[in-house]
Amino acid sequence: MLYFIMRRILFIIPLLLIISIITFVVIQLPPGDFLTTLITRYKLSGIELAENEVERLKEMYGLDKPLYIQYFKWVRNMIFYGDFGRSFEWNRAVSDILRERIPLTVTISLITVIFTWVVAIPIGIYSALHQYSTFDYLFTFLGFIGLSVPGFLLALILMWFLYTYLGFKVGGLFSPQFLTAPWSILKLIDLLKHIWFPIIIIGMSGTAGLIRTMRGNLLDELRKQYVITARAKGLPEKRLIFKYPVRIAINPLISTIGWTLPGIFSGETLVSIVLNIQTVGPVLLKAVMAQDMFLAGSIVMILSFLTVVGTLISDILLAWADPRIRYGGVGGE
Amino acid sequence: MSNEKIFKEKEEIEGESLKEEIYLASQWQLIWWKFRRHRLAMISMFILLLLYFCAIFCEFLSPHSITYRSEEFYDAPPTKIHFFRNGKLVRPFIYGFKKELDLETFKFKFKEDTTQMYPIYFFVRGEPYKLLGLYPTNIHLFGTEGFPIFPFGTDSLGRCLFSRTLYGSRISLSIGLVGVFISFLLGIVIGGISGYFGGTVDNIIQRIIELLISVPTIPFWMVLSASLPRDWPVVKTYFVITLILSIIGWCGLARVVRGKLLSLREEDFTLAARLAGASEWRIIMRHLLPSFASHLIVSITLSIPSMILGETALSFLGLGMQPPAVSWGVLLQDAQNISSVALYPWRLIPAFFVILTVLCFNFLGDGLRDAADPYAR
Repeated sequence: MLYFIMRRILFIIPLLLIISIITFVVIQLPPGDFLTTLITRYKLSGIELAENEVERLKEMYGLDKPLYIQYFKWVRNMIFYGDFGRSFEWNRAVSDILRERIPLTVTISLITVIFTWVVAIPIGIYSALHQYSTFDYLFTFLGFIGLSVPGFLLALILMWFLYTYLGFKVGGLFSPQFLTAPWSILKLIDLLKHIWFPIIIIGMSGTAGLIRTMRGNLLDELRKQYVITARAKGLPEKRLIFKYPVRIAINPLISTIGWTLPGIFSGETLVSIVLNIQTVGPVLLKAVMAQDMFLAGSIVMILSFLTVVGTLISDILLAWADPRIRYGGVGGE
Repeated sequence: MSNEKIFKEKEEIEGESLKEEIYLASQWQLIWWKFRRHRLAMISMFILLLLYFCAIFCEFLSPHSITYRSEEFYDAPPTKIHFFRNGKLVRPFIYGFKKELDLETFKFKFKEDTTQMYPIYFFVRGEPYKLLGLYPTNIHLFGTEGFPIFPFGTDSLGRCLFSRTLYGSRISLSIGLVGVFISFLLGIVIGGISGYFGGTVDNIIQRIIELLISVPTIPFWMVLSASLPRDWPVVKTYFVITLILSIIGWCGLARVVRGKLLSLREEDFTLAARLAGASEWRIIMRHLLPSFASHLIVSITLSIPSMILGETALSFLGLGMQPPAVSWGVLLQDAQNISSVALYPWRLIPAFFVILTVLCFNFLGDGLRDAADPYAR
């Protein structure tokens, strides 16, 4: 088991390296570097920078060096000093902004994953056990809607619906009076009052997907002979189903965490922008609009990093749950 | 012989010939027969065909041109179309409306003026355009005289939302197809190489795919499209956006191609072709590709929605297509916050078209998946 975990951890190092290279390329993509932006900005406000001043700035930000040295410097600062560069849009260190926003992003994403599971697994089991019943059809239909309607449109439509017909306003994560207040019990309660809406919206498509997978998996298992054997031996129905087929059917679901995470982060970004939630989403949009590439690149980097770590955790969980994977080679690979 | 017996015999003969037909039918015929039975997929297919038809002939179908601006009707609600007057069925007509200042909210309100009645005519002459970009004409499917009709209302600049939704469908609907075409080329080439040659090449390509799949798409697309200059011409932006969407899109297709190739290259007919001296390229294109074409079509259909949604999301955020261009996402930019949606709910109408399209593609793909393997029972 330890060996397996070690191997997986070693495996993500090159992955992170490549992600960092892609991010760096993206940061360099817009025409001109951020110094040019800075100079134009000064110009707009009427300050003309002298030639030697520009040179000094260039040297200060290391922009006079070749690209690969800039890259190594960037990575070094990131790993050893936790320094992601500077956002000139906010005029603050990128790491400061991230420190404010990332915890909320992670919290919302984690709760969404848990929500997805808590909702999807029982519904999946129910649908499989009552195949072609009214509720099964209902869930299948809802599942299709959930898979097809993107979160941000759903958020808009629901917001409009709740506002015009029920007269209450959703959106944001805190009531205005708590927005800048320090953490307290009251603020936490306020958060809980608001957080359910984005979580349902973000979790919608993931839940729909999981229900379908769970239903399919369980239906496959229920047809197997060991179920008939167990039933023939007189095992109580409830115990039979929950002890064997359900456990096996859940296994493949664990491996899907890795796939659902990018979707959740994507959806979370968009929904946060629409609902105006203080996560990295709106910051990313602002950064991208202003071509504040260090900030934008770092956010993409962090989100990818979180996804990779999430996938790693799901792999380890899967190996823990299913010994066949731990010892390599499932079936006749 | 009694009637009943003849009837039975006839049935037997017909059943026999039907069976014969099944044995003789080509794979595509079988797929079509099976697909036809999937009710929802058939309906979806017709809706999609209708939508694409509307996109092609949008100038003809829309009452106003894309540059049309009403001088006085900003943020007008959808015009109500009436069919009855004094309890009698008459030619569909609309009432003119008056702008009134609400003295409490200081906002303009539109009120129907039942004294003015404007009938709707079909095939009316209006603003000139070129049908299919070739034939100059000025006939529009429907329209009114004397007073403009806005079936979906107008936006804050007094432009007809119905016409703009139709025009917007061009970009929104085509970007899915073009994007999938690019992903398809990439996926089939890279997946083909990966699956056919195996070994180290396969390993490297698989790792790249895993990497790309683990990147959260929306943030990645946002950052990429941010580096596009804002002043590019529409066509150029369009293609670059499509390319950006395809960067992730090809991964899924490449996986399907690879998986199928891996199993197919072990088949006897591949060996036979190789022994007969066929080149690798020929084996892939002539023998392997046709055997999983149906599976490919399914994956293609199912990957179109994500492209359409990607464009919509990017344009919605203001990062995709830029305003002189119209797409559903661009139109939805006006509906970004709750206050505008609450005041002008008709701005959400393009969202329903997005949802309808995506839903139809999903149902279509689902039906195709069931039909793709006609030999499976």
